[in-house]
Amino acid sequence: MNATTVNRVPRQARIPGGARRAPARRVERLRAALCFVALLICMAAADGSWLRSVPPDYHSKANPLAGQPAAIAGGEVLFADRCAKCHGKDALGRGKRPSLRSERVQSQATEGDIFWLLKNGNLRRGMPTWSAMPEPSRWQIIAYVKSLGPESASAPGKKPRQEKSK
Amino acid sequence: MNFPTSNRIALTTRAVLRSILAVCSLLFLFALRAAGQEPPYFVTYSSALEEPGNLEISLKSTQASPANGNAFLGSVLELEYGVKGWWTTEFYLDGQTTRNDSTLFTGFRWENRFRPLLREHFINPVLYVEYENTNTADRSLLEIVGHDSVADLAIPNSAARREIEREMELKLILGSNVHGWNFSENFIAEKALNESEPWEFGYALGASRPLRLDSSGKSCFLCRENFAAGAELYGGLGTTEGFGWKATSQYLGPTVSFGIPRGPTIFLSPQFGLNDNSAKVLFRLSVSFEVQQVGNIFRRKNQ
Ligand code: HEC
Repeated sequence: MNATTVNRVPRQARIPGGARRAPARRVERLRAALCFVALLICMAAADGSWLRSVPPDYHSKANPLAGQPAAIAGGEVLFADRCAKCHGKDALGRGKRPSLRSERVQSQATEGDIFWLLKNGNLRRGMPTWSAMPEPSRWQIIAYVKSLGPESASAPGKKPRQEKSK
Repeated sequence: MNFPTSNRIALTTRAVLRSILAVCSLLFLFALRAAGQEPPYFVTYSSALEEPGNLEISLKSTQASPANGNAFLGSVLELEYGVKGWWTTEFYLDGQTTRNDSTLFTGFRWENRFRPLLREHFINPVLYVEYENTNTADRSLLEIVGHDSVADLAIPNSAARREIEREMELKLILGSNVHGWNFSENFIAEKALNESEPWEFGYALGASRPLRLDSSGKSCFLCRENFAAGAELYGGLGTTEGFGWKATSQYLGPTVSFGIPRGPTIFLSPQFGLNDNSAKVLFRLSVSFEVQQVGNIFRRKNQ
């Protein structure tokens, strides 16, 4: 996929008759592929790079409400109201808004990491800041998200969808 | 001689307002949700921007009965859209009704808010730039600047509508969130673009807090977590030719918001004039709802 491929094409396209069509189509396909790659780069899927910005004191912060059923119930209401519109009712992601039941969110990120992300957001990449939401509410949401478990596991009382891209 | 034309304009205005209301009611029926995490302010802006992809529709009204003038109801339709996490754009349509006078469309505003620092800090700045094209019959009182006075509110519509103001307004918005409290400070500078008037200044301060900081886990109606309360203080700060409180309007009042579950958020506030240059009291009411992720309406459900 280098420039020479593209440069060579106009000469081939001069071939008379039907033969002229195939290479022209190839260029078109190539161009479409390049556009698609560029588009993908622009819309870069969540890559978890935010995790590298979390300071150590946040990384090790424990959720004061972790595992508490009342907090998880509160978190579920708040999640449906604030987060589901982007991440989906089942937290499995929506469009380019990532799943929160991924390996990264469920295992790699600590509750402190997610707390840091909710406070700061990732404004450049479309994740809003939730600093105006009181801290106890944020911890409730985190307790709920963590209670869902990874995508393969069934959430308490929830039926995970089979395939996101379907 | 002018009457037929002005009557026609008033009728057209009413028709436009009616269709806007009809469109809003339709949206209200199927797409509405309580507006996001906004503090209950009418004049003060907080540093919270609209979530990217969300459209918030608000109907704001201000009612007052100024001394020596007729009672009025100023109304604003606001359409606020989150373009990016750090950029919100908003369009306003203003109109008013004055008792024993008339109902008229008074103009429009277009404003953009930018958040220069992408991380959360103790104080979060937001830059606000607005272009305003309204006439002096505008009664929305969305900001008080310069030497704005209660006397301006008593001018009959027929005279006030003739003076068009094209203005640029800049605001520095500062916002902090501490232990559930929101503190917001706005510094306002306004300049007329079609007249050689000095810069006018104003300010607005707000503090508020939800009545409950966590969720009860129930989808309840009249519970504390659906309410937020606070206070707002705002007023003029003179002009480049005379900076200060002298001959300015100042207002202070409590504010409250009620986020109806699966419904709109209602904001309410009586705001009291603090000097003779201000109206005695402004009653403010606003209804706000969100069309969440407008792009998603056209996508498949739950995709
Ligand atoms: C306006 C849409 C929007 C809303 C509302 C929203 N998010 Fe996000 N969120 C995003 C986007 C976009 C990303 C991807 C950012 C990136 O590229 O790293 C994201 C990323 C995340 C991540 C990191 C995921 C990963 O794999 O790295 C978490 C955790 C998260 N959001 C939690 C939440 C929670 C909890 C809420 C509700 C309080 C919420 N989000 C509300 C858009 C949103």
